[in-house]
Amino acid sequence: MRVLARRHPAVAGGVVILAVILIATLLAPWLAGHDPLFIDPLARLLPPSPQHWLGTDALGRDVWSRTVYGGRVSLVVGVAAAVIATGAGLLIGLVSGYSRIADALLMRVMDGLMSIPTILLAIALMAVVKASLATVVVAIAVVEVPRVVRLVRGVVLSVREQPYVEAAVVAGSSFGTILARHILPNTLAPVVVQATYICSAAILIESLLSFLGAGTPPEVASWGNIMAEGRIYFLVAPWIILAPGVVLAVTVLAINLVGDGVRDMLDPRFAKRI
Amino acid sequence: MWGYIARRVLATVPVVAIVALVVFSILHVAPGDPAALIAGDQATPEQIAAIRAKLHLDLPIYQQFGLWLGNALAGDLGTSIFSNRPVAALFLQRLEPTVALTVTTTIVAVLLAVPAGVLAAWRSGSLVDRAVMGTAVLGFAFPVFVVGYILIYLFAMKLRLMPIQGYRPIAEGFWPCLQHLVLPSLALGLSFMALIARITRASVLEVLGQDHIRTARAKGLPTRRLLFHHALPNAAVPIVTIIGVGVALLLGGVVVTESVFAIPGVGRLVVDAILARDYPVIQGVLLIFSLTYVVVNLIVDLIYVAIDPRISYRGGS
Repeated sequence: MRVLARRHPAVAGGVVILAVILIATLLAPWLAGHDPLFIDPLARLLPPSPQHWLGTDALGRDVWSRTVYGGRVSLVVGVAAAVIATGAGLLIGLVSGYSRIADALLMRVMDGLMSIPTILLAIALMAVVKASLATVVVAIAVVEVPRVVRLVRGVVLSVREQPYVEAAVVAGSSFGTILARHILPNTLAPVVVQATYICSAAILIESLLSFLGAGTPPEVASWGNIMAEGRIYFLVAPWIILAPGVVLAVTVLAINLVGDGVRDMLDPRFAKRI
Repeated sequence: MWGYIARRVLATVPVVAIVALVVFSILHVAPGDPAALIAGDQATPEQIAAIRAKLHLDLPIYQQFGLWLGNALAGDLGTSIFSNRPVAALFLQRLEPTVALTVTTTIVAVLLAVPAGVLAAWRSGSLVDRAVMGTAVLGFAFPVFVVGYILIYLFAMKLRLMPIQGYRPIAEGFWPCLQHLVLPSLALGLSFMALIARITRASVLEVLGQDHIRTARAKGLPTRRLLFHHALPNAAVPIVTIIGVGVALLLGGVVVTESVFAIPGVGRLVVDAILARDYPVIQGVLLIFSLTYVVVNLIVDLIYVAIDPRISYRGGS
Protein backbone atom coordinates (compact mmCIF):
# COMPACT_ATOMS: atom_id res chain seq x y z
CA MET A 1 0.00 0.00 0.00
CA ARG A 2 2.88 2.36 0.80
CA VAL A 3 4.49 1.64 -2.56
CA LEU A 4 1.13 2.24 -4.26
CA ALA A 5 0.64 5.52 -2.38
CA ARG A 6 4.10 6.67 -3.39
CA ARG A 7 3.89 5.72 -7.06
CA HIS A 8 0.15 6.26 -7.64
CA PRO A 9 -1.29 8.64 -5.05
CA ALA A 10 -4.52 8.97 -7.04
CA VAL A 11 -5.10 5.21 -6.99
CA ALA A 12 -4.31 5.06 -3.27
CA GLY A 13 -6.80 7.87 -2.75
CA GLY A 14 -9.41 5.88 -4.67
CA VAL A 15 -8.82 2.84 -2.47
CA VAL A 16 -9.18 4.93 0.69
CA ILE A 17 -12.36 6.68 -0.54
CA LEU A 18 -13.92 3.37 -1.58
CA ALA A 19 -13.04 1.82 1.78
CA VAL A 20 -14.65 4.75 3.63
CA ILE A 21 -17.83 4.46 1.52
CA LEU A 22 -18.01 0.70 2.01
CA ILE A 23 -17.56 1.02 5.76
CA ALA A 24 -20.12 3.83 5.92
CA THR A 25 -22.74 1.75 4.11
CA LEU A 26 -22.02 -1.27 6.31
CA LEU A 27 -22.34 0.88 9.45
CA ALA A 28 -25.46 2.64 8.11
CA PRO A 29 -27.68 1.75 11.09
CA TRP A 30 -25.22 3.52 13.42
CA LEU A 31 -24.10 6.35 11.13
CA ALA A 32 -27.46 7.36 9.70
CA GLY A 33 -28.93 8.97 12.79
CA HIS A 34 -32.50 8.81 11.47
CA ASP A 35 -34.78 6.13 10.06
CA PRO A 36 -34.52 6.58 6.26
CA LEU A 37 -38.20 5.70 5.87
CA PHE A 38 -39.55 7.91 8.67
CA ILE A 39 -41.94 10.51 7.28
CA ASP A 40 -42.15 13.80 9.17
CA PRO A 41 -44.57 16.25 7.50
CA LEU A 42 -43.44 19.04 9.85
CA ALA A 43 -39.85 18.75 8.61
CA ARG A 44 -40.44 18.94 4.86
CA LEU A 45 -37.76 20.45 2.59
CA LEU A 46 -35.53 21.68 5.41
CA PRO A 47 -32.03 22.87 4.41
CA PRO A 48 -28.90 21.22 5.85
CA SER A 49 -28.58 21.77 9.60
CA PRO A 50 -27.01 20.11 12.66
CA GLN A 51 -30.19 18.03 13.08
CA HIS A 52 -30.32 17.05 9.39
CA TRP A 53 -26.82 17.12 7.91
CA LEU A 54 -28.01 17.03 4.28
CA GLY A 55 -31.48 18.46 4.86
CA THR A 56 -34.80 16.72 4.37
CA ASP A 57 -36.87 15.80 1.34
CA ALA A 58 -40.49 16.48 0.40
CA LEU A 59 -41.78 13.91 2.91
CA GLY A 60 -39.56 15.12 5.74
CA ARG A 61 -37.19 12.14 5.45
CA ASP A 62 -33.55 12.77 6.37
CA VAL A 63 -31.47 12.96 3.18
CA TRP A 64 -28.18 11.97 4.89
CA SER A 65 -29.76 8.77 6.26
CA ARG A 66 -31.30 7.92 2.91
CA THR A 67 -27.99 8.60 1.15
CA VAL A 68 -26.08 6.30 3.50
CA TYR A 69 -28.65 3.50 3.19
CA GLY A 70 -28.97 4.16 -0.53
CA GLY A 71 -25.28 3.40 -0.90
CA ARG A 72 -26.01 -0.22 0.04
CA VAL A 73 -28.47 -0.58 -2.84
CA SER A 74 -26.25 1.12 -5.39
CA LEU A 75 -23.13 -0.83 -4.41
CA VAL A 76 -25.01 -4.15 -4.39
CA VAL A 77 -26.36 -3.41 -7.86
CA GLY A 78 -22.90 -2.42 -9.09
CA VAL A 79 -21.11 -5.48 -7.75
CA ALA A 80 -23.85 -7.94 -8.72
CA ALA A 81 -24.11 -6.58 -12.27
CA ALA A 82 -20.32 -6.66 -12.63
CA VAL A 83 -20.14 -10.28 -11.44
CA ILE A 84 -22.96 -11.47 -13.73
CA ALA A 85 -21.75 -9.50 -16.78
CA THR A 86 -18.18 -10.67 -16.27
CA GLY A 87 -19.17 -14.31 -15.77
CA ALA A 88 -21.48 -14.44 -18.76
CA GLY A 89 -19.12 -12.42 -20.93
CA LEU A 90 -16.17 -14.63 -20.01
CA LEU A 91 -18.05 -17.78 -20.95
CA ILE A 92 -19.34 -16.41 -24.25
CA GLY A 93 -16.00 -14.79 -25.09
CA LEU A 94 -14.07 -18.01 -24.49
CA VAL A 95 -16.35 -19.99 -26.79
CA SER A 96 -16.43 -17.23 -29.40
CA GLY A 97 -12.66 -16.82 -29.45
CA TYR A 98 -11.92 -20.51 -29.74
CA SER A 99 -14.64 -21.67 -32.14
CA ARG A 100 -14.80 -19.93 -35.51
CA ILE A 101 -18.35 -21.08 -36.20
CA ALA A 102 -19.63 -19.85 -32.86
CA ASP A 103 -17.60 -16.65 -33.32
CA ALA A 104 -19.30 -15.78 -36.61
CA LEU A 105 -22.75 -15.91 -34.98
CA LEU A 106 -21.94 -14.58 -31.51
CA MET A 107 -19.96 -11.54 -32.66
CA ARG A 108 -22.75 -10.43 -35.01
CA VAL A 109 -25.16 -10.59 -32.06
CA MET A 110 -22.71 -8.68 -29.86
CA ASP A 111 -22.17 -6.06 -32.58
CA GLY A 112 -25.93 -5.65 -32.84
CA LEU A 113 -26.31 -5.26 -29.07
CA MET A 114 -23.49 -2.73 -28.92
CA SER A 115 -25.16 -0.71 -31.67
CA ILE A 116 -28.06 0.08 -29.40
CA PRO A 117 -27.30 2.91 -26.95
CA THR A 118 -26.71 1.30 -23.56
CA ILE A 119 -29.11 3.34 -21.51
CA LEU A 120 -31.90 2.95 -24.08
CA LEU A 121 -31.46 -0.82 -24.17
CA ALA A 122 -31.46 -0.96 -20.38
CA ILE A 123 -34.59 1.22 -20.13
CA ALA A 124 -36.35 -0.82 -22.82
CA LEU A 125 -35.54 -4.08 -20.99
CA MET A 126 -36.86 -2.62 -17.75
CA ALA A 127 -40.06 -1.64 -19.55
CA VAL A 128 -40.92 -5.28 -20.24
CA VAL A 129 -40.27 -6.70 -16.77
CA LYS A 130 -41.58 -5.98 -13.29
CA ALA A 131 -39.23 -3.50 -11.64
CA SER A 132 -37.16 -4.97 -8.83
CA LEU A 133 -33.56 -4.97 -7.68
CA ALA A 134 -32.95 -8.30 -9.42
CA THR A 135 -34.36 -7.18 -12.78
CA VAL A 136 -32.33 -3.98 -12.65
CA VAL A 137 -29.16 -6.01 -12.04
CA VAL A 138 -29.97 -8.39 -14.92
CA ALA A 139 -30.87 -5.55 -17.32
CA ILE A 140 -27.60 -3.75 -16.59
CA ALA A 141 -25.59 -6.99 -16.87
CA VAL A 142 -27.14 -7.75 -20.28
CA VAL A 143 -26.05 -4.41 -21.75
CA GLU A 144 -22.51 -4.76 -20.38
CA VAL A 145 -21.89 -8.36 -21.52
CA PRO A 146 -20.88 -7.46 -25.12
CA ARG A 147 -17.91 -5.41 -23.90
CA VAL A 148 -16.57 -8.31 -21.84
CA VAL A 149 -17.15 -10.72 -24.71
CA ARG A 150 -15.11 -8.56 -27.08
CA LEU A 151 -12.30 -8.22 -24.57
CA VAL A 152 -12.12 -11.94 -23.78
CA ARG A 153 -12.43 -12.90 -27.43
CA GLY A 154 -9.49 -10.64 -28.30
CA VAL A 155 -7.31 -12.27 -25.66
CA VAL A 156 -8.36 -15.77 -26.71
CA LEU A 157 -7.60 -15.04 -30.37
CA SER A 158 -4.05 -14.05 -29.49
CA VAL A 159 -3.43 -16.80 -26.92
CA ARG A 160 -4.77 -19.71 -29.00
CA GLU A 161 -1.95 -19.22 -31.54
CA GLN A 162 0.71 -19.63 -28.86
CA PRO A 163 3.00 -22.69 -29.12
CA TYR A 164 1.93 -24.11 -25.77
CA VAL A 165 -1.72 -24.16 -26.85
CA GLU A 166 -0.78 -25.89 -30.10
CA ALA A 167 1.23 -28.39 -28.08
CA ALA A 168 -1.79 -29.09 -25.88
CA VAL A 169 -3.94 -29.69 -28.96
CA VAL A 170 -1.34 -32.05 -30.44
CA ALA A 171 -1.07 -33.87 -27.11
CA GLY A 172 -4.80 -34.62 -27.32
CA SER A 173 -6.14 -32.29 -24.61
CA SER A 174 -9.89 -31.81 -24.78
CA PHE A 175 -11.55 -28.54 -25.76
CA GLY A 176 -12.63 -27.92 -22.17
CA THR A 177 -9.18 -28.65 -20.74
CA ILE A 178 -7.48 -26.28 -23.19
CA LEU A 179 -9.93 -23.51 -22.40
CA ALA A 180 -9.82 -23.99 -18.64
CA ARG A 181 -6.13 -24.70 -18.14
CA HIS A 182 -4.36 -22.75 -20.87
CA ILE A 183 -6.59 -19.95 -22.14
CA LEU A 184 -8.74 -18.91 -19.19
CA PRO A 185 -5.82 -17.92 -16.89
CA ASN A 186 -4.60 -15.46 -19.55
CA THR A 187 -7.97 -13.73 -19.71
CA LEU A 188 -8.36 -13.17 -15.97
CA ALA A 189 -6.20 -10.06 -15.62
CA PRO A 190 -7.96 -7.88 -18.23
CA VAL A 191 -11.34 -9.28 -17.14
CA VAL A 192 -10.73 -8.28 -13.52
CA VAL A 193 -9.86 -4.75 -14.66
CA GLN A 194 -12.94 -4.63 -16.88
CA ALA A 195 -15.09 -5.84 -13.96
CA THR A 196 -14.17 -2.77 -11.91
CA TYR A 197 -15.15 -0.49 -14.79
CA ILE A 198 -18.41 -2.42 -15.23
CA CYS A 199 -19.14 -1.97 -11.53
CA SER A 200 -18.82 1.82 -11.82
CA ALA A 201 -20.83 1.84 -15.05
CA ALA A 202 -23.53 -0.29 -13.41
CA ILE A 203 -23.84 2.13 -10.50
CA LEU A 204 -24.19 5.00 -12.99
CA ILE A 205 -26.75 3.15 -15.11
CA GLU A 206 -28.82 2.20 -12.05
CA SER A 207 -28.90 5.83 -10.96
CA LEU A 208 -29.92 6.90 -14.48
CA LEU A 209 -32.65 4.26 -14.68
CA SER A 210 -34.03 5.19 -11.29
CA PHE A 211 -33.81 8.89 -12.09
CA LEU A 212 -35.91 8.33 -15.21
CA GLY A 213 -38.39 6.20 -13.28
CA ALA A 214 -37.41 2.91 -14.90
CA GLY A 215 -35.07 1.52 -12.25
CA THR A 216 -35.40 0.19 -8.73
CA PRO A 217 -38.91 0.45 -7.25
CA PRO A 218 -39.64 3.86 -5.65
CA GLU A 219 -39.82 2.39 -2.14
CA VAL A 220 -36.16 1.34 -2.41
CA ALA A 221 -33.85 4.15 -1.28
CA SER A 222 -31.21 4.07 -4.01
CA TRP A 223 -29.23 7.19 -4.94
CA GLY A 224 -31.09 7.40 -8.24
CA ASN A 225 -34.50 7.22 -6.54
CA ILE A 226 -33.56 9.89 -4.01
CA MET A 227 -32.54 12.21 -6.84
CA ALA A 228 -35.65 11.34 -8.87
CA GLU A 229 -37.86 12.32 -5.94
CA GLY A 230 -35.99 15.60 -5.60
CA ARG A 231 -36.40 16.67 -9.24
CA ILE A 232 -39.57 18.70 -8.93
CA TYR A 233 -38.28 20.45 -5.79
CA PHE A 234 -34.86 21.34 -7.21
CA LEU A 235 -35.47 25.07 -7.31
CA VAL A 236 -36.38 25.21 -3.59
CA ALA A 237 -34.39 22.25 -2.23
CA PRO A 238 -31.37 21.55 -4.46
CA TRP A 239 -29.64 19.50 -1.73
CA ILE A 240 -31.97 16.54 -2.35
CA ILE A 241 -30.32 16.02 -5.74
CA LEU A 242 -26.86 17.50 -5.20
CA ALA A 243 -25.92 15.60 -2.03
CA PRO A 244 -26.50 12.02 -3.25
CA GLY A 245 -25.30 13.11 -6.70
CA VAL A 246 -21.90 14.16 -5.40
CA VAL A 247 -21.62 11.00 -3.27
CA LEU A 248 -22.48 8.92 -6.34
CA ALA A 249 -19.84 10.71 -8.43
CA VAL A 250 -17.17 10.30 -5.75
CA THR A 251 -17.96 6.58 -5.48
CA VAL A 252 -17.75 6.08 -9.24
CA LEU A 253 -14.51 8.08 -9.33
CA ALA A 254 -13.02 5.94 -6.56
CA ILE A 255 -13.96 2.70 -8.33
CA ASN A 256 -12.48 3.98 -11.62
CA LEU A 257 -9.24 4.93 -9.86
CA VAL A 258 -9.07 1.49 -8.24
CA GLY A 259 -9.64 -0.05 -11.67
CA ASP A 260 -6.77 2.00 -13.07
CA GLY A 261 -4.60 0.80 -10.20
CA VAL A 262 -5.52 -2.84 -10.74
CA ARG A 263 -4.77 -2.44 -14.46
CA ASP A 264 -1.33 -0.96 -13.72
CA MET A 265 -0.51 -3.60 -11.10
CA LEU A 266 -1.41 -6.42 -13.49
CA ASP A 267 0.68 -4.80 -16.25
CA PRO A 268 4.05 -6.64 -16.29
CA ARG A 269 5.87 -3.37 -16.96
CA PHE A 270 4.54 -1.88 -13.73
CA ALA A 271 5.13 -5.08 -11.76
CA LYS A 272 8.83 -5.09 -12.74
CA ARG A 273 9.26 -1.56 -11.42
CA ILE A 274 8.00 -2.74 -8.01
CA MET B 1 -10.61 2.37 -52.33
CA TRP B 2 -14.08 1.61 -53.75
CA GLY B 3 -13.58 -2.02 -52.86
CA TYR B 4 -12.93 -1.05 -49.24
CA ILE B 5 -16.02 1.17 -49.22
CA ALA B 6 -18.19 -1.58 -50.70
CA ARG B 7 -16.90 -4.17 -48.20
CA ARG B 8 -17.48 -1.81 -45.31
CA VAL B 9 -21.05 -0.99 -46.42
CA LEU B 10 -21.88 -4.68 -46.90
CA ALA B 11 -20.50 -5.46 -43.43
CA THR B 12 -23.17 -3.27 -41.86
CA VAL B 13 -26.03 -5.35 -43.32
CA PRO B 14 -25.82 -8.24 -40.83
CA VAL B 15 -25.37 -5.74 -37.98
CA VAL B 16 -28.51 -3.86 -39.04
CA ALA B 17 -30.39 -7.16 -39.29
CA ILE B 18 -29.38 -8.13 -35.75
CA VAL B 19 -30.30 -4.67 -34.44
CA ALA B 20 -33.76 -4.97 -36.01
CA LEU B 21 -34.17 -8.45 -34.49
CA VAL B 22 -33.10 -7.29 -31.01
CA VAL B 23 -35.35 -4.21 -31.10
CA PHE B 24 -38.31 -6.31 -32.26
CA SER B 25 -37.62 -9.01 -29.67
CA ILE B 26 -37.57 -6.72 -26.65
CA LEU B 27 -41.36 -6.81 -26.39
CA HIS B 28 -41.34 -10.61 -26.52
CA VAL B 29 -38.55 -11.10 -23.98
CA ALA B 30 -40.83 -10.93 -20.98
CA PRO B 31 -42.92 -13.96 -20.04
CA GLY B 32 -46.63 -13.71 -20.55
CA ASP B 33 -48.91 -12.02 -23.05
CA PRO B 34 -47.31 -8.92 -24.63
CA ALA B 35 -50.78 -7.41 -25.17
CA ALA B 36 -51.58 -7.73 -21.46
CA LEU B 37 -48.17 -6.23 -20.64
CA ILE B 38 -48.89 -3.19 -22.79
CA ALA B 39 -52.49 -2.82 -21.59
CA GLY B 40 -51.48 -2.84 -17.94
CA ASP B 41 -52.83 -4.49 -14.82
CA GLN B 42 -56.20 -2.65 -14.87
CA ALA B 43 -57.11 -3.46 -18.48
CA THR B 44 -60.25 -5.41 -19.39
CA PRO B 45 -60.11 -8.49 -21.66
CA GLU B 46 -61.70 -6.41 -24.43
CA GLN B 47 -58.96 -3.77 -24.19
CA ILE B 48 -56.28 -6.45 -24.26
CA ALA B 49 -57.89 -8.06 -27.31
CA ALA B 50 -58.06 -4.68 -29.06
CA ILE B 51 -54.35 -4.06 -28.49
CA ARG B 52 -53.54 -7.58 -29.65
CA ALA B 53 -55.39 -7.00 -32.91
CA LYS B 54 -53.99 -3.48 -33.40
CA LEU B 55 -50.36 -4.62 -33.03
CA HIS B 56 -50.90 -7.93 -34.90
CA LEU B 57 -49.81 -9.85 -31.79
CA ASP B 58 -52.21 -12.66 -32.75
CA LEU B 59 -50.00 -13.60 -35.71
CA PRO B 60 -47.08 -16.10 -35.49
CA ILE B 61 -43.96 -14.33 -34.32
CA TYR B 62 -42.06 -14.69 -37.60
CA GLN B 63 -44.99 -13.07 -39.42
CA GLN B 64 -45.06 -10.27 -36.87
CA PHE B 65 -41.34 -9.66 -37.46
CA GLY B 66 -41.73 -9.75 -41.25
CA LEU B 67 -44.66 -7.34 -41.12
CA TRP B 68 -42.87 -4.96 -38.75
CA LEU B 69 -39.62 -5.04 -40.74
CA GLY B 70 -41.37 -4.60 -44.08
CA ASN B 71 -43.30 -1.61 -42.79
CA ALA B 72 -40.15 -0.13 -41.21
CA LEU B 73 -38.26 -0.38 -44.52
CA ALA B 74 -41.15 1.46 -46.17
CA GLY B 75 -40.95 4.21 -43.55
CA ASP B 76 -43.98 3.09 -41.55
CA LEU B 77 -42.91 2.67 -37.93
CA GLY B 78 -46.43 1.97 -36.68
CA THR B 79 -48.87 4.07 -34.70
CA SER B 80 -48.60 5.22 -31.12
CA ILE B 81 -51.02 3.33 -28.87
CA PHE B 82 -51.75 6.38 -26.74
CA SER B 83 -51.69 9.33 -29.11
CA ASN B 84 -52.85 7.38 -32.19
CA ARG B 85 -50.38 9.33 -34.31
CA PRO B 86 -47.82 7.76 -36.64
CA VAL B 87 -44.53 7.09 -34.87
CA ALA B 88 -42.61 8.59 -37.80
CA ALA B 89 -44.56 11.86 -37.47
CA LEU B 90 -43.97 11.97 -33.72
CA PHE B 91 -40.27 11.37 -34.30
CA LEU B 92 -39.95 14.11 -36.93
CA GLN B 93 -41.82 16.54 -34.75
CA ARG B 94 -39.33 16.03 -31.93
CA LEU B 95 -36.22 15.79 -34.09
CA GLU B 96 -35.04 19.39 -34.22
CA PRO B 97 -34.23 19.83 -30.50
CA THR B 98 -32.34 16.53 -30.38
CA VAL B 99 -30.31 17.26 -33.51
CA ALA B 100 -29.54 20.79 -32.31
CA LEU B 101 -28.42 19.46 -28.92
CA THR B 102 -26.30 16.65 -30.41
CA VAL B 103 -24.60 18.88 -33.00
CA THR B 104 -23.92 21.65 -30.47
CA THR B 105 -22.52 19.16 -27.98
CA THR B 106 -20.24 17.56 -30.58
CA ILE B 107 -18.90 20.92 -31.75
CA VAL B 108 -18.32 22.19 -28.20
CA ALA B 109 -16.70 18.93 -27.14
CA VAL B 110 -14.33 18.76 -30.13
CA LEU B 111 -13.40 22.47 -29.94
CA LEU B 112 -12.58 22.24 -26.24
CA ALA B 113 -11.21 18.73 -25.87
CA VAL B 114 -8.90 18.37 -28.89
CA PRO B 115 -6.79 21.47 -28.10
CA ALA B 116 -6.79 20.48 -24.41
CA GLY B 117 -5.54 16.99 -25.31
CA VAL B 118 -2.87 18.41 -27.64
CA LEU B 119 -1.73 20.84 -24.94
CA ALA B 120 -1.64 18.06 -22.34
CA ALA B 121 0.51 15.94 -24.67
CA TRP B 122 2.85 18.86 -25.47
CA ARG B 123 3.25 19.65 -21.77
CA SER B 124 3.25 16.01 -20.67
CA GLY B 125 3.93 15.60 -16.94
CA SER B 126 3.36 19.28 -16.17
CA LEU B 127 0.65 20.91 -14.09
CA VAL B 128 -1.34 21.61 -17.27
CA ASP B 129 -1.24 17.92 -18.17
CA ARG B 130 -2.36 16.87 -14.69
CA ALA B 131 -5.16 19.45 -14.69
CA VAL B 132 -6.49 18.31 -18.07
CA MET B 133 -6.30 14.62 -17.20
CA GLY B 134 -7.71 15.21 -13.73
CA THR B 135 -10.68 17.02 -15.24
CA ALA B 136 -11.09 14.13 -17.68
CA VAL B 137 -11.18 11.62 -14.82
CA LEU B 138 -13.85 13.70 -13.06
CA GLY B 139 -15.77 13.94 -16.31
CA PHE B 140 -16.16 10.16 -16.42
CA ALA B 141 -17.36 9.94 -12.84
CA PHE B 142 -20.15 12.50 -12.80
CA PRO B 143 -23.45 11.32 -14.31
CA VAL B 144 -24.97 13.60 -16.94
CA PHE B 145 -27.96 14.56 -14.82
CA VAL B 146 -25.83 15.45 -11.77
CA VAL B 147 -23.63 17.70 -13.92
CA GLY B 148 -26.77 19.18 -15.42
CA TYR B 149 -28.25 20.07 -12.05
CA ILE B 150 -24.93 21.48 -10.79
CA LEU B 151 -24.72 23.71 -13.88
CA ILE B 152 -28.35 24.80 -13.42
CA TYR B 153 -27.68 25.59 -9.76
CA LEU B 154 -24.54 27.63 -10.47
CA PHE B 155 -25.21 29.38 -13.77
CA ALA B 156 -28.99 29.63 -13.86
CA MET B 157 -30.11 29.90 -10.25
CA LYS B 158 -27.18 31.65 -8.56
CA LEU B 159 -25.48 33.67 -11.34
CA ARG B 160 -28.62 33.96 -13.52
CA LEU B 161 -26.50 33.85 -16.70
CA MET B 162 -28.44 31.13 -18.48
CA PRO B 163 -32.06 29.95 -18.61
CA ILE B 164 -32.91 27.14 -16.21
CA GLN B 165 -34.69 24.83 -18.61
CA GLY B 166 -36.54 24.71 -21.89
CA TYR B 167 -35.81 25.00 -25.57
CA ARG B 168 -36.33 27.69 -28.19
CA PRO B 169 -36.66 26.50 -31.82
CA ILE B 170 -34.17 27.89 -34.30
CA ALA B 171 -37.07 29.67 -36.04
CA GLU B 172 -37.37 31.93 -32.99
CA GLY B 173 -33.80 33.13 -33.43
CA PHE B 174 -30.31 31.65 -33.40
CA TRP B 175 -29.16 33.29 -30.16
CA PRO B 176 -32.20 32.31 -28.01
CA CYS B 177 -31.85 28.75 -29.34
CA LEU B 178 -28.12 28.69 -28.56
CA GLN B 179 -28.65 30.22 -25.13
CA HIS B 180 -30.94 27.35 -24.18
CA LEU B 181 -28.43 24.81 -25.47
CA VAL B 182 -25.29 26.00 -23.65
CA LEU B 183 -25.88 24.30 -20.30
CA PRO B 184 -27.35 21.08 -21.79
CA SER B 185 -24.41 20.82 -24.20
CA LEU B 186 -21.88 21.24 -21.42
CA ALA B 187 -23.66 18.67 -19.24
CA LEU B 188 -24.05 16.15 -22.04
CA GLY B 189 -20.60 16.79 -23.46
CA LEU B 190 -18.52 16.53 -20.28
CA SER B 191 -17.86 12.79 -20.47
CA PHE B 192 -17.49 13.08 -24.26
CA MET B 193 -14.87 15.82 -23.78
CA ALA B 194 -13.08 13.66 -21.23
CA LEU B 195 -12.91 10.78 -23.68
CA ILE B 196 -11.71 12.93 -26.59
CA ALA B 197 -9.09 14.69 -24.45
CA ARG B 198 -7.65 11.40 -23.18
CA ILE B 199 -7.46 9.79 -26.60
CA THR B 200 -6.05 12.97 -28.17
CA ARG B 201 -3.36 13.19 -25.52
CA ALA B 202 -2.35 9.55 -25.89
CA SER B 203 -2.37 9.68 -29.67
CA VAL B 204 -0.47 12.98 -29.98
CA LEU B 205 2.04 11.87 -27.34
CA GLU B 206 2.84 8.84 -29.44
CA VAL B 207 3.31 10.95 -32.57
CA LEU B 208 5.47 13.53 -30.79
CA GLY B 209 8.06 10.84 -30.13
CA GLN B 210 8.50 10.10 -33.83
CA ASP B 211 11.42 11.12 -36.02
CA HIS B 212 9.58 13.52 -38.30
CA ILE B 213 8.53 15.61 -35.30
CA ARG B 214 12.09 15.65 -34.04
CA THR B 215 13.20 16.83 -37.47
CA ALA B 216 10.53 19.53 -37.58
CA ARG B 217 11.56 20.74 -34.15
CA ALA B 218 15.24 20.76 -35.17
CA LYS B 219 14.30 22.86 -38.20
CA GLY B 220 12.88 25.46 -35.83
CA LEU B 221 9.21 25.23 -36.78
CA PRO B 222 6.86 27.29 -34.57
CA THR B 223 5.17 25.19 -31.90
CA ARG B 224 1.63 25.82 -33.18
CA ARG B 225 2.55 24.70 -36.72
CA LEU B 226 4.39 21.67 -35.40
CA LEU B 227 1.46 20.57 -33.26
CA PHE B 228 -1.48 21.29 -35.56
CA HIS B 229 0.10 20.73 -39.00
CA HIS B 230 2.42 17.83 -38.30
CA ALA B 231 1.45 16.07 -35.08
CA LEU B 232 -2.33 16.30 -35.02
CA PRO B 233 -3.04 15.04 -38.60
CA ASN B 234 -0.88 11.98 -37.92
CA ALA B 235 -2.69 11.39 -34.65
CA ALA B 236 -6.11 11.90 -36.22
CA VAL B 237 -7.28 8.32 -36.80
CA PRO B 238 -7.92 7.33 -33.15
CA ILE B 239 -9.38 10.79 -32.47
CA VAL B 240 -11.84 10.49 -35.35
CA THR B 241 -12.72 6.97 -34.12
CA ILE B 242 -13.53 8.17 -30.66
CA ILE B 243 -15.60 11.07 -31.96
CA GLY B 244 -17.67 8.59 -33.92
CA VAL B 245 -17.91 6.15 -31.00
CA GLY B 246 -18.82 9.07 -28.76
CA VAL B 247 -21.99 9.64 -30.77
CA ALA B 248 -23.34 6.49 -29.10
CA LEU B 249 -22.59 8.04 -25.72
CA LEU B 250 -24.44 11.15 -26.81
CA LEU B 251 -27.49 9.26 -28.07
CA GLY B 252 -27.86 7.64 -24.67
CA GLY B 253 -27.05 10.81 -22.75
CA VAL B 254 -29.52 12.85 -24.81
CA VAL B 255 -32.33 10.87 -23.19
CA VAL B 256 -31.34 12.02 -19.71
CA THR B 257 -30.27 15.54 -20.67
CA GLU B 258 -33.62 16.28 -22.30
CA SER B 259 -35.37 15.12 -19.14
CA VAL B 260 -33.24 17.37 -16.91
CA PHE B 261 -33.51 20.47 -19.09
CA ALA B 262 -37.12 19.86 -20.22
CA ILE B 263 -36.15 19.81 -23.90
CA PRO B 264 -39.00 18.36 -26.01
CA GLY B 265 -36.80 16.11 -28.12
CA VAL B 266 -36.72 12.48 -29.20
CA GLY B 267 -35.06 11.44 -25.93
CA ARG B 268 -38.02 12.58 -23.88
CA LEU B 269 -40.36 11.00 -26.43
CA VAL B 270 -38.79 7.59 -25.92
CA VAL B 271 -38.63 7.91 -22.11
CA ASP B 272 -42.31 8.90 -21.95
CA ALA B 273 -43.12 6.01 -24.30
CA ILE B 274 -41.20 3.52 -22.16
CA LEU B 275 -42.88 4.64 -18.96
CA ALA B 276 -46.28 4.43 -20.72
CA ARG B 277 -45.35 1.15 -22.43
CA ASP B 278 -46.13 2.59 -25.85
CA TYR B 279 -44.25 -0.16 -27.69
CA PRO B 280 -44.64 1.02 -31.29
CA VAL B 281 -42.93 4.28 -30.28
CA ILE B 282 -40.26 2.43 -28.27
CA GLN B 283 -39.44 0.09 -31.13
CA GLY B 284 -39.48 2.83 -33.77
CA VAL B 285 -37.23 5.26 -31.90
CA LEU B 286 -34.85 2.54 -30.70
CA LEU B 287 -34.49 1.32 -34.28
CA ILE B 288 -33.73 4.81 -35.59
CA PHE B 289 -31.22 5.56 -32.81
CA SER B 290 -29.42 2.27 -33.42
CA LEU B 291 -29.33 2.73 -37.19
CA THR B 292 -27.95 6.24 -36.65
CA TYR B 293 -25.12 4.76 -34.58
CA VAL B 294 -24.36 2.16 -37.26
CA VAL B 295 -24.37 4.81 -40.01
CA VAL B 296 -22.15 7.17 -37.99
CA ASN B 297 -19.62 4.37 -37.44
CA LEU B 298 -19.72 3.60 -41.15
CA ILE B 299 -19.06 7.26 -42.00
CA VAL B 300 -16.17 7.33 -39.51
CA ASP B 301 -14.65 4.26 -41.15
CA LEU B 302 -15.00 5.86 -44.58
CA ILE B 303 -13.41 9.09 -43.34
CA TYR B 304 -10.36 6.99 -42.35
CA VAL B 305 -9.62 6.46 -46.02
CA ALA B 306 -9.51 10.19 -46.56
CA ILE B 307 -7.29 10.76 -43.53
CA ASP B 308 -5.00 7.76 -43.95
CA PRO B 309 -4.87 6.30 -47.49
CA ARG B 310 -2.92 3.30 -46.18
CA ILE B 311 -6.08 1.95 -44.61
CA SER B 312 -7.77 1.22 -47.97
CA TYR B 313 -4.74 -0.78 -49.12
CA ARG B 314 -4.74 -2.88 -45.95
CA GLY B 315 -8.34 -3.84 -46.71
CA GLY B 316 -11.10 -4.93 -44.31
CA SER B 317 -12.35 -2.95 -41.34
